[in-house]
Amino acid sequence: MTLKLPKRVCGFALSGALAAFVLLSGNAFAGVFNPDTITLSNGMQVVVVENHRSPVVTHMVWYRVGSADEGPGESGIAHFLEHLMFKGTKKRKPGEFSAIVARNGGQENAFTSLDYTAYYQTIAVNRLELVMEMEADRMTNLVITDKEVEPERLVVLEERRSRTDNNPGAILSEHLNAALYLSHPYRNPVIGWEHDIRALDIKRILAFYKRWYAPNNAILVVAGDITMEKLKPLAEKFYGGIPAQPPVIRNRAKEPPQKAARRVTLSDKRVRQAAWQRNFMAPSLQWNDKKHVYPLEVLADILGGGASSRLYRRLVIDDKLAISAGAYYRDDDRGPGRFVFHASPRGGVSMDKLEKAVEAEIAKVITEGVSTDEVRRARERMQAAAVYARDSLAGGARALGSALASGLKIEDVEGWPERIAAVKPEQIQAAAKVVFDRRRSVTGQLLPEIGE
Amino acid sequence: MIKFPNRSTLAFIVIALAAMLFHHPAGAIEVQRIKSPGGIEAWLVEDHTNPIITLRFAFRGGAALDPKGKEGLANLVSSTMDEGAGILDSKTFQKTLEDKVITISFDTGQDNFGGRMQTLVKHRDEAFNLLKLALTEPRFDAEPVERIRMQILVGLRRDEENPHSLASRALYQSLFKDHPYGRPVDGTKESVKAITRDDLRAFVAQRLARNNLVIGVVGDITSEILKAKLDETFLKLPMHAKPWGLPDRRPAATGRTLVVDKDVPQSAIMFADVGLKRDHPDFYAAYVMNYILGGGGFTSRLYSEIREKRGLAYSVSTGLNPMEASGLVVGGAGTANARVKETLDVLRNEWRDMAREGATEKELKDAKTYLTGAFPLRFSSSGRIARMLVGMQVAKLGIDYLEKRNGLIGAVDRDAISRVAKKLLDPKRLTVVIAGKPKGVTTTP
Repeated sequence: MTLKLPKRVCGFALSGALAAFVLLSGNAFAGVFNPDTITLSNGMQVVVVENHRSPVVTHMVWYRVGSADEGPGESGIAHFLEHLMFKGTKKRKPGEFSAIVARNGGQENAFTSLDYTAYYQTIAVNRLELVMEMEADRMTNLVITDKEVEPERLVVLEERRSRTDNNPGAILSEHLNAALYLSHPYRNPVIGWEHDIRALDIKRILAFYKRWYAPNNAILVVAGDITMEKLKPLAEKFYGGIPAQPPVIRNRAKEPPQKAARRVTLSDKRVRQAAWQRNFMAPSLQWNDKKHVYPLEVLADILGGGASSRLYRRLVIDDKLAISAGAYYRDDDRGPGRFVFHASPRGGVSMDKLEKAVEAEIAKVITEGVSTDEVRRARERMQAAAVYARDSLAGGARALGSALASGLKIEDVEGWPERIAAVKPEQIQAAAKVVFDRRRSVTGQLLPEIGE
Repeated sequence: MIKFPNRSTLAFIVIALAAMLFHHPAGAIEVQRIKSPGGIEAWLVEDHTNPIITLRFAFRGGAALDPKGKEGLANLVSSTMDEGAGILDSKTFQKTLEDKVITISFDTGQDNFGGRMQTLVKHRDEAFNLLKLALTEPRFDAEPVERIRMQILVGLRRDEENPHSLASRALYQSLFKDHPYGRPVDGTKESVKAITRDDLRAFVAQRLARNNLVIGVVGDITSEILKAKLDETFLKLPMHAKPWGLPDRRPAATGRTLVVDKDVPQSAIMFADVGLKRDHPDFYAAYVMNYILGGGGFTSRLYSEIREKRGLAYSVSTGLNPMEASGLVVGGAGTANARVKETLDVLRNEWRDMAREGATEKELKDAKTYLTGAFPLRFSSSGRIARMLVGMQVAKLGIDYLEKRNGLIGAVDRDAISRVAKKLLDPKRLTVVIAGKPKGVTTTP
C-alpha cells in the first residue's frame, strides 16, 4: 500500500504501478513458483524460489505486522518505523546501510501494508551474505535518536501530502475506508492520519519495533539464482542466532455486523472528472465465509477484468454511459476482504443513472447468474496469468511473501489454479447473493465542486 | 482497459529507457541477430524456461512528428490500433486477446512509436497474426475511436488535477517553445478533437514501415521459427516510411522560475538544465555525474541534502533525458508550499557545487561500483530484456554493447565528471517550474 519508492524521477509514475502490484500479488499466482521452505529453530520461516536467468537474487524479509496492528492514536507507526529502519544500528551509522548496498551494485527498498512490512535488496548472488548480515543486524539492533526521527517525520508528512492530500481521489478513498469498516483497523490509512504522524515519539516507535520485529514473526524469502541447499547454512548463520521472542498476541478490533448502507461524497474544486464506486465488505481467505472467496475471484474477472468484461461492455461500449468501468476483489488480507465496483461517467450522464446501471449488472448476476462459458474463459485467463507470473525475478517472492506474512499458507498460493478451476457458475451466483448486500457497503462519489 | 496515457508518464518512460540502456550483465545473456528471408531483422534472446514469448518493437519517429494542430495523433493511433483489425471488429479483437491471454499494445514517445506483444507459446500463431493485422489492417472504426478519444480527453482533464503533470507540461513548453518537444505527447483538448480517422490511417500508412523498424524478442522461440514469423508479421509493411526529420534544438534553459498556480498543499517542482544527446562522447560521464548528483537511489547528493538532512521532500531525483534532437538533465521533487523556497536554495546550491567542484574520488568510485554492479539487475523479466533489445537498436549502440558497457562506465574519470558538470550544470540556467501555492516564490520574466 504505502511504499518507500526508489528516488528516481519516475517515482510518481512508479507509485501507482507498485501499489497495484501489492494489491495483485496476493492473488497468489500458484502452482507456479514451486518454492522450497524450512523453518529455523528460532521460528523464522525461510522460503526459496529458484530463478536462474541471471546471477542475481532478491532477498526479502517480511514481518507479520502492518498498519492494522497499530494501537489507538498511533496510526502510521508501522510505516514510520519502516522509514527509520534505514537509519543506524549499534554497528552502522545512519545511511551506511544504503551506501553499502549501493556500493555493491544492489537496489533496495521497503513497503508497508495493512498486514505486513517488508524490506528487500536485489543484488548479485555473490553479495547475498553481505545483505543478509545487514538485514539480520537491523532486525534487533536499530538505534534511532531525534536527530534521525525529526527530519524523517517531515519526509513522511511530505509523502502523505504527495500520496493523499494533493489528490482528491485519494482523500475520498481514505474516507471510504473509514466508512467501510466500522471498527476493524483497516479503517485507518497505512500512512497514518496526519495528527498521529505528528505525535508519534521514539519511545512508542521503539516499543512497536521490539514487540513485532523478531525472527519468529518474520519470513525470509530469497528468489533467484540460489537453492535451499546453499541458502540454508547462510540463513542459519545470519538469522538463526537471533533469539525468538515471546509470541505476540494480535489484538485487533473486531468488525460488528453491518446494518446500514453508507454514502460518502467529496466535492472538490480540483476535481475535473467525476467518479463513482461502491465497496462491499466481503469474505476473505481468513475472514468470514471462505467458501465464497474463489467464486468471487472468478466473478471479479467476469464483471470487471478488462475490455470484454460485462461492466466495460455494457456501460462503456454499448450504453455509452461511462468513460471507464470495472470491478476488483481483494481477498488476501488477514481481515475482511472487499469487492469494489467503479465507474466514471461520460459528460452529461448523471451519477444516479450511472449507479443504477452498475446496480442492474449486480442484480443480473444475483438473479440470472453467470454462464458456463464465461466461467471457463475467466478460468483460462486466470490460469495463464499464473504462467506469466513465473517470468519475473521478484514476482514469486512477492506473492509468497505477502501471502505468508498475511497468515496464509504456501498451499494457498500453490493450490490457487486448482481452486479456481473448481469454481462452478452456481457458486458464483450464491456468493453474489450473500455478498452484494447494500447494508454492508459504502458508496463513494467524487464530484467537481458545485459552481465550477 | 482504461487508457489514460499522460504526458508525465511518457516523459518518464523516455528517462527510464535511457537509464535501462546502461545495465547489462556481461556474458549472462546471448543476443542473436536474426534476419528473415524477407530481410526483417530482429535481436533475439532465446529462453526456454517458461512457455512465453515477448516481442517489442519500435518505429523511429514519434509524437514529435505530429502535424501542427493535430498534436496527440501518434498517441491516439497507439490507443486505437488494438481496437479492431482485418475482419475483426473491436469487440472480437479484444475478446480474442483476452481469451487467449495475448497482450498486444502500442505506445508512443516524442521520438519513437512502439509496441509489444506477449503470448503463451500455445497461442503463438494467433498472436503473431493479430499483431500483423493490427499493424497492417487496423480498422479505426468510429465507435472505438470516439470511445478512446473521449478517454484521452478525460485523461487530459485529469492531468489538470495533477500538479506533477501540470509542472511537467509547463517545463517542456518553457524549454522548447514552438519546437515539437514543447508540445505534449497526448496533445491538447483542441488538437485531440481535430484528429480525423483519415489522419489515423495516414499515420499508419506513412509512419510504420520496414526501414524505420527495430524488433527485440525474448523467450521460448527458436531463431528458425522467429524468422518465418517475422516475414508473416512485418513483410506487409511498406518498405519506406515517409521521410522525416526534426531540427536540433538547444533547450531554452534560461534560469527562469515559473509558478503554475494550483491550490494544493504540496507543490510539485520540476527543473531542468541542458543535457546531451545519447551519442555524445561525454554521455557516460554525464550519466555517472547524474548518478552522484540526483540519480542514485538513497545515496545521491540531492537525496541526502534535501530529504535525509532536512526532510524537505519525500521524493527528489534527477535523470538524463537524451532525445533525438536535444537533451536535458531533468529532475523533480515535491514539498510543502511553505518550504519550496528552501528546497530551491538547496537545489541551486548543489547545482553550483557540482559545476564548480565536480565529484570526489570516493563518490566516483562508489558510483562506478553501483552502476557496473547493478548491471545484471535489469534482466529481471522478459519484458525488460525485450525493451532493452529495442532500446539498444534505437540508440544504435551495437549488438556488442552488453560486453562494452561496463568498460565505458569504468573509463569515466574525475576530469570527465568536472568537464560535463561545468558544461551541463549552471544555477543561472536551471529552469524551475512549480505547480502549487509556493510561499515566497514567484514567476520571473
